[in-house]
Amino acid sequence: MKPQFRQIAFVVGILAATALATPGSNIANAKTPGNMLVMAKNISDMITLDPAEVFEFTGGEVAANVYDKVMMFEAEDLTTLVGGVAESYTVSSDGKTITLKVRPGQKFHSGNPVSAHDVAYSLQRVVKLKKTPSFILTQFGWNKDNVDSLVKATDDMTVSVTMTVDFSPGLLLNALSAGVGSVVDMKLVESHAKDGDMGYGWLKNHSAGSGPFVLKTWKANELVSLEANPNYRLGAPKIKRVALRHVAEPSAQRLLIEKGDADIVRNLTPDQIKGIAGNKEIRINDYPKAALMYMATNDKHKILSNPKVRMAMRYLVDYKGMANSFLAGQYKVHQAFWPSGFWGALNELPFGLDTAKAKGMLTEAGYGKGFDIKIDTLNESPFKEVAQSVQQTLSSVGIKSTITLSEGKTLWPKYRARKHDILIARWSPDYVDPHSNADAFAHNPDNRDEAKLTGKLAWRTGWSDPKINAKTEGAAKELDLVKREKMYIDVQRDVQMSGPFTVMFQRNEQVASRTNVKGFVSGANFDLVFYRNVSK
Amino acid sequence: MSNVTDKTEVGADENSPPSPIWHHPFILKFANFIFTVSLTFIGLTAITFIIGRVLPTDPAMAIVGDRASQEVYEAMRIHLGLDRPLLEQYWIYLSNILQGNFGTSIMTTRPVLDDIIRFFPATLELASVATIAGVFIGVPMGVLAAVRQGKLTDHIVRIIGLFGYSVPIFWLGMVALLIFYAQLDWVPGPGRIEVYYDGIVESVTGIILIDSAMQGEWEIFENAFMHLILPAAMLATYALAYIARMTRSFMLDQLNQEYVLTARVKGLSEGAVIWKHAFRNVLVQLITIIGLTYASLLEGSVLTETVFAWPGIGQYITNSLFNADMNAVIGGTVVVGICFVGINMLSDFLYRLVDPRARA
Repeated sequence: MKPQFRQIAFVVGILAATALATPGSNIANAKTPGNMLVMAKNISDMITLDPAEVFEFTGGEVAANVYDKVMMFEAEDLTTLVGGVAESYTVSSDGKTITLKVRPGQKFHSGNPVSAHDVAYSLQRVVKLKKTPSFILTQFGWNKDNVDSLVKATDDMTVSVTMTVDFSPGLLLNALSAGVGSVVDMKLVESHAKDGDMGYGWLKNHSAGSGPFVLKTWKANELVSLEANPNYRLGAPKIKRVALRHVAEPSAQRLLIEKGDADIVRNLTPDQIKGIAGNKEIRINDYPKAALMYMATNDKHKILSNPKVRMAMRYLVDYKGMANSFLAGQYKVHQAFWPSGFWGALNELPFGLDTAKAKGMLTEAGYGKGFDIKIDTLNESPFKEVAQSVQQTLSSVGIKSTITLSEGKTLWPKYRARKHDILIARWSPDYVDPHSNADAFAHNPDNRDEAKLTGKLAWRTGWSDPKINAKTEGAAKELDLVKREKMYIDVQRDVQMSGPFTVMFQRNEQVASRTNVKGFVSGANFDLVFYRNVSK
Repeated sequence: MSNVTDKTEVGADENSPPSPIWHHPFILKFANFIFTVSLTFIGLTAITFIIGRVLPTDPAMAIVGDRASQEVYEAMRIHLGLDRPLLEQYWIYLSNILQGNFGTSIMTTRPVLDDIIRFFPATLELASVATIAGVFIGVPMGVLAAVRQGKLTDHIVRIIGLFGYSVPIFWLGMVALLIFYAQLDWVPGPGRIEVYYDGIVESVTGIILIDSAMQGEWEIFENAFMHLILPAAMLATYALAYIARMTRSFMLDQLNQEYVLTARVKGLSEGAVIWKHAFRNVLVQLITIIGLTYASLLEGSVLTETVFAWPGIGQYITNSLFNADMNAVIGGTVVVGICFVGINMLSDFLYRLVDPRARA
């Protein structure tokens, strides 16, 4: 052995031996630092951070912690809509114009002051860029040609927004609390604009907000790193850094939380939750979510368009059986299109598994001997298990079904092309107002194929009811809150009884955290997850 | 007559103009290389591109999501060029690649080339360590098994080979994590490095071990080294199983040759017979096996990368495929293809170096 090689071999040997022969060494035992929140999560859905475009769970959550919105639901009270960037507002007598006063003294992460011009620019930008979530704002009659005149800064601290449609101002205020209501730093964004893209190319993976955290790094499928904003309007966050580690495998997440290498893990399966339930160093928190799981029948299908068959379907779902077995802890039974726990929710549960009743309805409809049908759903848990359960209960009344599992990118085009028979899918509201889901589940003003109202679930199922359409439109316009709530409950009951949707479950997120972690808040929607109160 | 003819022929050779430069062996080899690479490149891109387009997954839907209005969806289809004929789409894509533009990834929002520069070193680091370990353990194991054929050592090596080759790496990875991370606490958990070290070392090569050593960040080096042990050991198990099995088989062939018997009759020591004579002939075949093993590890072991949250090229390509991110899929596939061609060339070179007959 040559002397040089011998030396290298010696060093490598010592290093390897030290590493391997020191169980319990600091390296292997490295725990998360006290000033840093380490969260393990599957972040592969994150494809953009531009608030004008972001519509994915992880991206929306991160953006919500980086940007302040015009209106907000705060971590301290998730049920009350309050001013965010806007301090106050007034509504014109006709209810069509809202004047927003910007909260003084706010600063962006760049140090630029937050002004009314930034607010107007941010909303105009969403409409002009016309990305997927832009419909949340364009529904108020705004388009790239008129938005500059309808959304404008009247002075440095005042913004005026005017709707051209008859909608309740409450609906507009709620919409301004969605991700598209995030206020971006106009000067910074424009300094990175290229070819008139309003900084879109740059803002996809950078940040220009005034929220509690500053984006430091986003390495796709690896890590998102945030740093506390010491100048945040509500005070500096309690934790200095937040890291979202991409750990796709739930079993690996479990090991990380058990070892203390992650403070919070977000994607454990029910079995894993059970497995760590007895661990005194770990706490499991339940966070009710607004996400719904539903079954949609296609009204363009000869048999499924029969109202009696549709009703029979509602009695062929083993709601409780599923909720108490493989969905335990992760979903609860809910049967209306607006989730429980929100203003305007219908919490009645009129349906349960009743094959005899269903069989009777099918016989009345002329399908007592059953029929053949296809079920489409997502190729992921628990959708495939739910589809299997439905398949089993359908077979008990003679309905033979075949299940096709697909990725969302394959399933959604089929749904949007109205080519499904029965489809089991999920839905979350875009903002916290019943109109968000009513517009999707109940409203279909033009049922022709050429109309291509693909954003509306009612259109996708080929179903339209003029009376329910009118009620939905009426509820969106109603200024009296008590009346408005009743109208939405009424619409929900109508769809529950006669629509093509069998809403089955509402999601419940189970988050495992180390017991020393306090203050994590996960609201009903992905953009209502707050890191700023977390402490260790 | 025959002499005259011979002279004439000789004279004709001497007076003939020198061969054109493109007949030079080096030039011919280089041309052959370029031709092979080009053909591989066109084949890879064409097949991957066509697969990407005939798959039912919709790239436009992957970007805009299912809630997009038809207008937004159609605009994205046009932006991606999906409204154009397939051949035109491929031609545009190929032209862009030739200009060094692999397009932008949907998933990461960054140029695909930047992504590859980020993800590939992680796989390179893992695959290289695993291959080195596989060679240094697998080859002696294979030789030992062949020399002691039918004995306990041979059976043990064969069982290890069978185990490494047939046990699912996903399961093995989870069990290894459970034992060495969760129970014994010998190694850190999934990931390439602890998150609180992120951003401290400037990425030069993308290989954390090298970058941290270059910048004198020994604490980070140590941390990265410890994170590497378990995933590299998993891949090394697969590599050594294959290498040991093949080494054993090649050695058995050689040990039954007459020249081995002659060497023993001449009184050479057993060590010299095995390592200087038999093994030298095995080495030629082993180079191909090691090359193939290394190339297959460089493709990225998706399951190992998933279990150990290792941000490598395998996970990148797989996630891209699930997200219909075809620019990323094709970019990643081209890189893997280049690796295969490169390793084949390296094997060819080493083959000539080891075997004098191949140089003729």
